[in-house]
Amino acid sequence: MKKTPLYDCHVKYGGKIVDFCGFSLPIQYKNGIISEHNAVRNAAGLFDVSHMGEVVISGYDALNNIQRLFTNDFYGMYDGQVRYTLMCNDSGGVVDDVLVYRVKENEYFIVLNAANIEKDIEWISKNITGNAMMKDLSGVTAQLALQGPKSLDILAELVDKDKLPVKYYTFCGDVELNGIRCMVSKTGYTGEAGFEIYCENKDAPTLWELLLRHGEKYGLIPCGLGARDTLRFEAGMPLYGHELGMDITPFEAGLGFFVKPDKPDFIGKAALAEKAGPARIRAGLKILGRGIARENCDVYSGEKTVGKTTSGNFCPTLGYPAAMALIDTGYSEIGTALSVDVRGKRLDATVIKLPFYKREKK
Amino acid sequence: MYDPKTLKYTKTHEWVSLEGDTAVIGISDHAQQALGDLVFLSLPEVGDTVTLGEQFSEVESVKAVSEVYSPVTGVVSEVNSELADAPGKVNEAPYEAWFIKVKDITDKAEFLTAEEYAKLED
Repeated sequence: MKKTPLYDCHVKYGGKIVDFCGFSLPIQYKNGIISEHNAVRNAAGLFDVSHMGEVVISGYDALNNIQRLFTNDFYGMYDGQVRYTLMCNDSGGVVDDVLVYRVKENEYFIVLNAANIEKDIEWISKNITGNAMMKDLSGVTAQLALQGPKSLDILAELVDKDKLPVKYYTFCGDVELNGIRCMVSKTGYTGEAGFEIYCENKDAPTLWELLLRHGEKYGLIPCGLGARDTLRFEAGMPLYGHELGMDITPFEAGLGFFVKPDKPDFIGKAALAEKAGPARIRAGLKILGRGIARENCDVYSGEKTVGKTTSGNFCPTLGYPAAMALIDTGYSEIGTALSVDVRGKRLDATVIKLPFYKREKK
Repeated sequence: MYDPKTLKYTKTHEWVSLEGDTAVIGISDHAQQALGDLVFLSLPEVGDTVTLGEQFSEVESVKAVSEVYSPVTGVVSEVNSELADAPGKVNEAPYEAWFIKVKDITDKAEFLTAEEYAKLED
């Protein structure tokens, strides 16, 4: 199994190590998933997300390639901007969902899901054309996610606030945190304000310790994959392999906004043109009974099967269990009464709005 | 609180306190740590029969669901029903948060002592 540069830090802080996409990563630390979840909602949490992949696409034809590879539109992006997008295959299936950072004209930094790194790189290599090249930085780049309402206060202990990105989905490419060169973006996967910080592998342990030391008085604690999942789930964010996959279209996943059919051409365009207005759609379910409907549970309306859950858990902030599911559109209206089969038992459920949790903007 | 040093244990991580003709049953500290924060917990009803080696409760954490097996065969005489509303008590105090008490015991597991159980954990 691969180790991230922060492996020793996880062990030192009492991380319970598991195998995740071939990486040894902590599922939780001493205080447990719910404490970590709450720390991010109320104060701040620090995650090692170095397993994520990073590639750079550069060259005179970089933008043309980005436009063809991805479904979103990248014209008019400015340096320091980040955009979420899907990468589809010819039949409109989702190869991955990624973040695209415009570093400068002709240079884009792309963040890939850990589970898809090899597949993505193969896909991009196969499809890149003209005067452009892809460079894989996954093995040399560490990523730390500092998430929660206190994130800015914590980073401000280490650097002038005006050196940091202000707007959501923007980044600063050259930030020094106590002498460590980083790229800092105002992005995240928790539903809270926060930053994702990229640095070289060798600097990651120092940065980890530095952030924890300066963050302690704000309530910062290290957080594992368990809390990362409950946080993203509560915030209604899709996870590849659950809400997204080769056999789920962007429209079914409720991500049609990130497909721009009006731009000239992109991989999957023709197939996707026929798939708008899908027969099933991602919906949120509030589970009314006692129990958790995790992924792959059948969803019923009476005795009729109308869908399948894609993720489900207890929502620590909301205090009830919920699930995301792909549901036949006729049964996806808010307020529809359904039930979910959990190990042979039916739990009552109601369709509710996604995201389950939305932070209050100050 | 029950004293973990004098309790009996099973290989499936339940603890048992034998008090006269009654067995008090819970899950070990090791088990609650492995499960993580519990959010749901199901219990049988008073009068139900539990069977050695068979599931009598389901505990669910944010990580996973798991089964709790009965270390004895007998009849449930008491249920700690407050756990159903506050399953986190099992995490906070696993040796206080008993699940059920069983009487009319006709069969028992081969129990482990605290020392033997501790070795099993390693």
